[in-house]
Amino acid sequence: MQQQTKERRVLIDGSRLMIEALAQSGADIFIGYPITPANSLYLYGSQRMPIMLAAPDEISTLQWMSGLSAAGHLPVTATSFPGFALMVESINMAYMMELPMIVVLVQRLGPSTGTATNGAQGDLLLLKGMISGGHPIPVLATSSFDDCWNLPAEAVSMAINMRTPVIMLTSKEEVMTHKSFDLNRLPAIEKVPRKFFNKDEAYQPYKPIDLVPDFLPLTQNRHQVRITASTHDQSGILQHSTDEALANTRRLEEKTYHKMKCHLKFEYDRQENAENLVVAYGITAASARDAVAELRHSGKKVSLLVPKTLVPVPPVYDEIIQSYKKVIIAEENMNNQFGSLLYGIRKPANVSYLGSLGKMITPQQIMEEIKA
Amino acid sequence: MNVNILKTDSLPFCKGCGHELISKNTAKALEKMGYNPLDVIMVTDIGCHGIIDRSLNTHTIHGLHGRSVALGAGIAFGNSDPSKKIIVFIGDGGATIGLQHIMEAARLNINMSVIIHNNMLYGMTGGQSSGLTPEGFHTTTSADGNPFDGYDICALSHTAGASYVARISGIGDISDKFIKAFQTQGFSLIEVVEICTSYGVKFNPGRKLNEIIQASGRIPGEWINNRLPFTHHQGRKVNNLFAKTPEISKSFNTGLEKPLSLIMSGSAGEGVQLAATIIVKAAMKSGLHATQKGSYPVTVGVGFSTAEVNLSPKEINFHGINVPDIAVITSAEGLAHSTRRIGLMKSGTLFIDQSLTPPVTGAKMIIRDFRDIGYRTASLFAVMYFIKQSGIIPLEAVFDTIESEGLSSKIPVEKLKSVLEM
Repeated sequence: MQQQTKERRVLIDGSRLMIEALAQSGADIFIGYPITPANSLYLYGSQRMPIMLAAPDEISTLQWMSGLSAAGHLPVTATSFPGFALMVESINMAYMMELPMIVVLVQRLGPSTGTATNGAQGDLLLLKGMISGGHPIPVLATSSFDDCWNLPAEAVSMAINMRTPVIMLTSKEEVMTHKSFDLNRLPAIEKVPRKFFNKDEAYQPYKPIDLVPDFLPLTQNRHQVRITASTHDQSGILQHSTDEALANTRRLEEKTYHKMKCHLKFEYDRQENAENLVVAYGITAASARDAVAELRHSGKKVSLLVPKTLVPVPPVYDEIIQSYKKVIIAEENMNNQFGSLLYGIRKPANVSYLGSLGKMITPQQIMEEIKA
Repeated sequence: MNVNILKTDSLPFCKGCGHELISKNTAKALEKMGYNPLDVIMVTDIGCHGIIDRSLNTHTIHGLHGRSVALGAGIAFGNSDPSKKIIVFIGDGGATIGLQHIMEAARLNINMSVIIHNNMLYGMTGGQSSGLTPEGFHTTTSADGNPFDGYDICALSHTAGASYVARISGIGDISDKFIKAFQTQGFSLIEVVEICTSYGVKFNPGRKLNEIIQASGRIPGEWINNRLPFTHHQGRKVNNLFAKTPEISKSFNTGLEKPLSLIMSGSAGEGVQLAATIIVKAAMKSGLHATQKGSYPVTVGVGFSTAEVNLSPKEINFHGINVPDIAVITSAEGLAHSTRRIGLMKSGTLFIDQSLTPPVTGAKMIIRDFRDIGYRTASLFAVMYFIKQSGIIPLEAVFDTIESEGLSSKIPVEKLKSVLEM
């Protein structure tokens, strides 16, 4: 990995960074269905991915991606809530089948069609509970243009190495805003290597090796491959709730919790002796960074936690939060979704929530909360 | 290597069910054609037919109700080996909920075969009517006979563009008919009409399959389109998206020492977003950091158009603008969209076209005829007017950007220079 020192400043949006990073990491197919505010990802996907296909709807999108993934490809799509809602059953299917793929969810203001051109952070709890049975599906949230570059590579690595769909959570404000940006600050991305089952013994599509089964595409003829979305045994045969089949379902949950530890992403900007902590993910992290810098400039000691791995929520966030006297969790929704994910209805006394509906949270609002 | 497509002759279907006939004839057809089972990918849907998986020596993939044709299409898109055969088993219920997927696969003429097990009702869930249930056919949910006619799935698939479509009665040896479908280059679909031994027979006592087929008017036959099968058609590709993102290097100086926020509001088609891009790039040429975002109604071509621009000598994290330092308003729609934020301004400057009624604001107001130069240039003129007054960047940087962006023929440069008294 070599970083050049000379600046290469461009005017760029987060979409372009994400698609380029996904392509360099090894994603090879973009399946698109238009929806604001995810259209720029579709446009760039069509220009950059080796194969782009225009699906007739979002259910087809996910089904096509699943078929492509089962054939050994790594497909990507981008959507917003109304489209994502249509994908949910098929994402459950891909989760159960253990098919690697990336779904970029660009948040906009809901409910329903809401305001297509207004950003929001309102979909986290949907993602938390979207797999029937409550099993966690990996969710990574971008909080800066650097994340738009670094997290897609992480997501591809997770999708392949954990055999799972991965959700990349972002917002209209990140993918449609243009910023001056130095491309030379981006680290090089290496293509994530893909290994398929290569033994002579009979292939068991759901036999775990350290929780993750080996993968083999349907398009080879050395071993029989069975894939199913129904409760199944290790050979991929539908079973009623037999011990082996339930163990397989249990493994899906264990796999996600265990393997996510190797892919844990967060930013912890700790200030010595600080008693205050600002916690913010996604677009609100930009405000939090400014607020923390300003507060420090004025002599206030304050630390910053930017969670990027959101589901499954890692215990380390609570450990960090509990080490401060005063904690503000800021996010652009009116029901404190990340706070609820951490604490449910038992919010600790040192924590307060700062929310907003339809408007970005400003650095000033965060500073006022810390000073209050 | 197993040469048999089926693992066993004993299939898990009700006695006399047409699904067994279809499975055995599929196997027979593939074996006659000499297929290695592991070159066959069987995609099965939800429904009684879907329990065939375990009896197959082929690859199997079993997904959601009605989605198997789309799932199979995905596999076909990802398969580059012409020796593979992708076959989808689906019921009449699955064909109903997944009708769009069948139409799409036929329209694109994707290289795959679909066999619809049409037993005229939802068997697995208790015998309800489907979209393919013929008029007058009795089901659990239409005790007096189905009041509506079913889809003619063959006509629909043929019209949508499938290479080969056939309807057959599920009686006797139908393997040669399957071979015809499996040999097709492109999308082939066979609707096999059968009668559910559990519900169909029970609710329609005495009726025979061929009589039902005749009465329904959905007569067996085949329909052909001479079309090429699907191939990937990719437009012009780039190896790296950054190749289309030109570097903007510093060649001017800035007079801006602290962050400045600017909103530009006008109407769609009046060049507001373009003006903002020009200013942002000119600011970058002058060494500033910048952000730009657009705001407009979902109907892109009408209504207001607002651009939000932040300029700063330092890197910018938060790019929202609650109360702008500068507002540039060039149309009534733009004014209406930005009135609230202009009202919040306690300082700063509002540049507003003289045709508009100035709103209540604490900002200093500059009222001028910005539209006189042409409505498409009003926003650019107004913001350049501000740049000239403030000196945050040299106007030369703006003209240099107009030229480097290839906009010299679209923007009246000389006129701008004249009104800006350069």
